[in-house]
Amino acid sequence: MSRFVDLTLNGISNGMIYAAVALSLVLIWRATRIINFAQGGMLMITTFIASSVIESSGSYWLGFAVALVTGLALGAVVERVLVRHVEGGPPLNAVIATLGLLVLLQAVAGMIWGGTPRSFPPAFSIRGYEVSGRHVLFGPFDTFTVLAVLGAAGLLALLFRATGVGLQMRAAAFDPLAARLQGVRVARMYTVGWALAALSGSLAGLLVAPSVFVGPNTFDAILVFAFTAAVLGGLDSPVGAVVGGLVLGLSLSYVSGYAGSSLVTLAALGILIAVLMVRPEGLFSSARRRRI
Amino acid sequence: MLEVEGLTTHYGPVRAIDDVSLAVPAGGIVAVLGANGAGKTSLLRTISGLVRATGGRIVFDGETITQQPAEDLVRRGLAYVPEGGGVIGELTVAENLRLGALWRRDREERSRTLDEVVAIFPRLAERSSMHASTLSGGERQMLSIGRALMGRPRLLLLDEPSLGLAPIVVEQIMRVIGELRRERGLTVLLVEQNARSALSVADQGVVLNVGHVVAQGDANELAGDEQLRRAYLGMA
Repeated sequence: MSRFVDLTLNGISNGMIYAAVALSLVLIWRATRIINFAQGGMLMITTFIASSVIESSGSYWLGFAVALVTGLALGAVVERVLVRHVEGGPPLNAVIATLGLLVLLQAVAGMIWGGTPRSFPPAFSIRGYEVSGRHVLFGPFDTFTVLAVLGAAGLLALLFRATGVGLQMRAAAFDPLAARLQGVRVARMYTVGWALAALSGSLAGLLVAPSVFVGPNTFDAILVFAFTAAVLGGLDSPVGAVVGGLVLGLSLSYVSGYAGSSLVTLAALGILIAVLMVRPEGLFSSARRRRI
Repeated sequence: MLEVEGLTTHYGPVRAIDDVSLAVPAGGIVAVLGANGAGKTSLLRTISGLVRATGGRIVFDGETITQQPAEDLVRRGLAYVPEGGGVIGELTVAENLRLGALWRRDREERSRTLDEVVAIFPRLAERSSMHASTLSGGERQMLSIGRALMGRPRLLLLDEPSLGLAPIVVEQIMRVIGELRRERGLTVLLVEQNARSALSVADQGVVLNVGHVVAQGDANELAGDEQLRRAYLGMA
């Protein structure tokens, strides 16, 4: 029983990280119908920058803030410089462009920071809370992870639901032509969308880095998990991304605990294939509704 | 208010409109008539800035606007209601309306305009929180016109507002257009396949055929021209 509790708690914590990356994929997919394969590379760069800032300044929170701000800027720059040219074109162009960017970012990171993964400090202790004389697999840093991702998702939801910019972003995503006729600067909305997506991604990078370390390739698996979570949630639903992340986090935690940790990636791919076969529109997508 | 001179637009190698000239005086209602494929929609898409002209000039309020994009023209007071309304089905009725005025800075002005629009189309208030995709055809058309009015336009371009609607709804919409002109001096350029209902509200008409202007003149005269009616307007 205590093992089950541990695996559940661990699954929630991991799931929130998948959710944050899934959210960044979903935000971009919603706005521009592009899967950002470079997301893993982008959050790797911002986490590396955080690592350097923390090392030289000694302040974790300064590094944290710098990573988030660079994430925002990196997302906007990537959209304006690279993605703008493939928006609305054949999907394969966008796939090649974002994959190319991933390779470029990984190469650049290797040149600057080297190929050996380095450790990354957590914001708070990773030691589990003590419950009736036993340390559970969930500590202050996990609490922070859950709250940070839920907080970010909540703020994004608020932005989309309650602000003018959010309404314009949704309009630009649903119907760019109609949005233009209402004075919406659609291209600018896409830039903002990419910036916010990259922000969510860089948050995830900071949260996952203590357990996977920071190296040019250490975040590759995260993108696979996040993509599975996003597809599970329906790819165009931010709520779906969070729920999908949570479901996947729990499933993979049970697989790891009861069947062996070497099966985790296999299980994620299995879930991805199962979702695509059984319910390709995901759990929360509005795609089916829109098809009518 | 609006002058179009020798306007030409291509879709690839195809000339959708060719050397079209027309003028809409301030406070006037001009109807553009013609069969399917005559270039009516292309004309409006070009004027509204969705499509770039390949030749000619568009002058709005004394300024040349030929190469300006749609999102800028809205801010100048030129609103375009596309065929079918361009209502965003995933947003609620209230959100669609709000969207129409978001580029305007003044919050108070925006809420005042909303009150006016709701007074014109009370139906929209009843449906306020529903997704626009659940609206009937007539309600959609009301929403799209109401949304355009949220930007307080001086010139309204309307594309086939009567398409697919019941005669009674068409009549209601034409009446609203007439009232808007009378009460606030709105200028309207109206595209219609339904020549009868368009000429009932317009002062002047322009008849297009395969991208060319073939007739132009007083609405009553056009409606009375036997030959024209049979050749281009499909009226018995």
